[in-house]
Amino acid sequence: MTHLTVSDVTLTFGGLNALTRVNISIEPGIITSIIGPNGAGKTSLLNCVSGFYHPTVGKIHYGKRNLTHASPHQISTMGIARAFQNLELFRGLSVLDNLLLARHQNLKYSIFHAVIFFGKASRMEAENRAYVEKVIDFMELEPYRKKMVGNLSYGVQKRVEVARALTLEPKLLLLDEPMAGMNIEEKEDIVRFILDLKKEWGITIVLVEHDLGVVMDISDQIYVLDFGEVIGSGKPHEVASNPKVIDAYIGEE
Amino acid sequence: MSYFFQLVVSGIVVGSIYALSALGFVLIYKSSRVLNIAHGQIIAAGAFITYALTVMVGIPIYFSFFISMVITFFLAMSVERIFLRRLIGEPIISVIMVTIGLMSIIDGLIYLTPFGTENFSFPSFLPTTPISVGGVSISWTQMVGVLVTFAMIGGFTWFFKKSTIGISMRAVSDDQLAAMSIGISVPRVFGLAWAMAGLSAAAAGGILGNITGINFDTLHSFGIVVFPVVILGGLDSILGAVVAGIIMGLIQQFASGYLDGNWGLSGTGEIMPYVILLVILLFKPHGLFGIHEIERV
Repeated sequence: MTHLTVSDVTLTFGGLNALTRVNISIEPGIITSIIGPNGAGKTSLLNCVSGFYHPTVGKIHYGKRNLTHASPHQISTMGIARAFQNLELFRGLSVLDNLLLARHQNLKYSIFHAVIFFGKASRMEAENRAYVEKVIDFMELEPYRKKMVGNLSYGVQKRVEVARALTLEPKLLLLDEPMAGMNIEEKEDIVRFILDLKKEWGITIVLVEHDLGVVMDISDQIYVLDFGEVIGSGKPHEVASNPKVIDAYIGEE
Repeated sequence: MSYFFQLVVSGIVVGSIYALSALGFVLIYKSSRVLNIAHGQIIAAGAFITYALTVMVGIPIYFSFFISMVITFFLAMSVERIFLRRLIGEPIISVIMVTIGLMSIIDGLIYLTPFGTENFSFPSFLPTTPISVGGVSISWTQMVGVLVTFAMIGGFTWFFKKSTIGISMRAVSDDQLAAMSIGISVPRVFGLAWAMAGLSAAAAGGILGNITGINFDTLHSFGIVVFPVVILGGLDSILGAVVAGIIMGLIQQFASGYLDGNWGLSGTGEIMPYVILLVILLFKPHGLFGIHEIERV
């Protein structure tokens, strides 16, 4: 079981601190939520963990590996996958191709291998297919397998986004507002997926979400960010009664 | 009527070479949004390398054609690695300025060699009597040129539709963030796009050199001719480049075949493609196959 530790991370954009000395420890096997008002630095933090930004100061470790300066494609091979806030899908490809592509990048075999070890390559291909089908099954995407992603509805696209992250077989899944813009039923579906991922797949989940009702219900651990700083952390009920957090959300009297 | 078919045939010959020239340009734009102004220079370089290997070194032309593609493959890849890699994320206008600089440098280098000013022509390695069917004739060089062009275009199409590398290149052009998040190295894909553009440019140059002769001005002007082609096809569509290339070739041949010499007109073959381009863009501002982006947040 691998810990993700963010130690003393500061991220600066031209004199403006997006994150200031952030310390976070993500324990394996649980759901950790990161909440905070708009512009608090939640997505910046995920960007640091997934390698899209590199911290100005501070370190990020996943187990013993140092992720601080790793590039996104390196991190994707370490068992960390991410679903984006705004849909970042290959709109010109079908749902199946979106997922298979993620799978192919993960398990590298070259054209050379495909020619020389034909049997091995075709077995791997079959395994890839089987895994992708398992993910499609789990995310309830069967009706859309061959459909072009760009033509699907918003809610389904959000699910494809999560599914694509899952095909990388992550140990740690970063979800950036997976329920934004969804209606109640769609949200309930996503909550069910997240809980199953934790229980049945044993995946560690980091959730950035604005719907506080959902966050309080399903999180094991919560971190609250405001203006790039961690202003509170703990179990849901601890965070809910933290005066600093209440100030940040509701404002001082 | 046979005059009409003759024009169609020569239109397809010219058009398919436009298509192959435009292909490399589209590859680079599609993956990295860079307009490569120096594309015509790479086409010319491909023709020169093929010629030098065939005539000066004495390698059979089929091999030298192939070797020149390999050389430009690595040449273009190193151009990306040395000059363009460090510009990722910079404003697009700076990147275009770099390709303009690249054009001047390659121009300068080529003027240092005999190819810059003199004319050469490939020794004929195919039968010289043209193929004639029902009054329509096509030279062997043109015939082989068209066949090789279509084979190359077919190969590229297969590569982008089916191969994992091809699909990851499409993925990068579709959404870079997502591509990175699933483990695609975006800089490597950029390098590969340049390499394949170099390869296709050398192929176009080799075929063109055989048909029109080796003349630097003629060859590098193809870098300019690809502009109306790719704009008509939609800057980021490979299918568009092929279709638009052939349309442009046909328009050019029909214009100079039917308009020149009547009503005191001449040189319409040069102008008509642009006129038609303007008219089509009035109705399809993103080109025939271009993507009209709608941002949904």
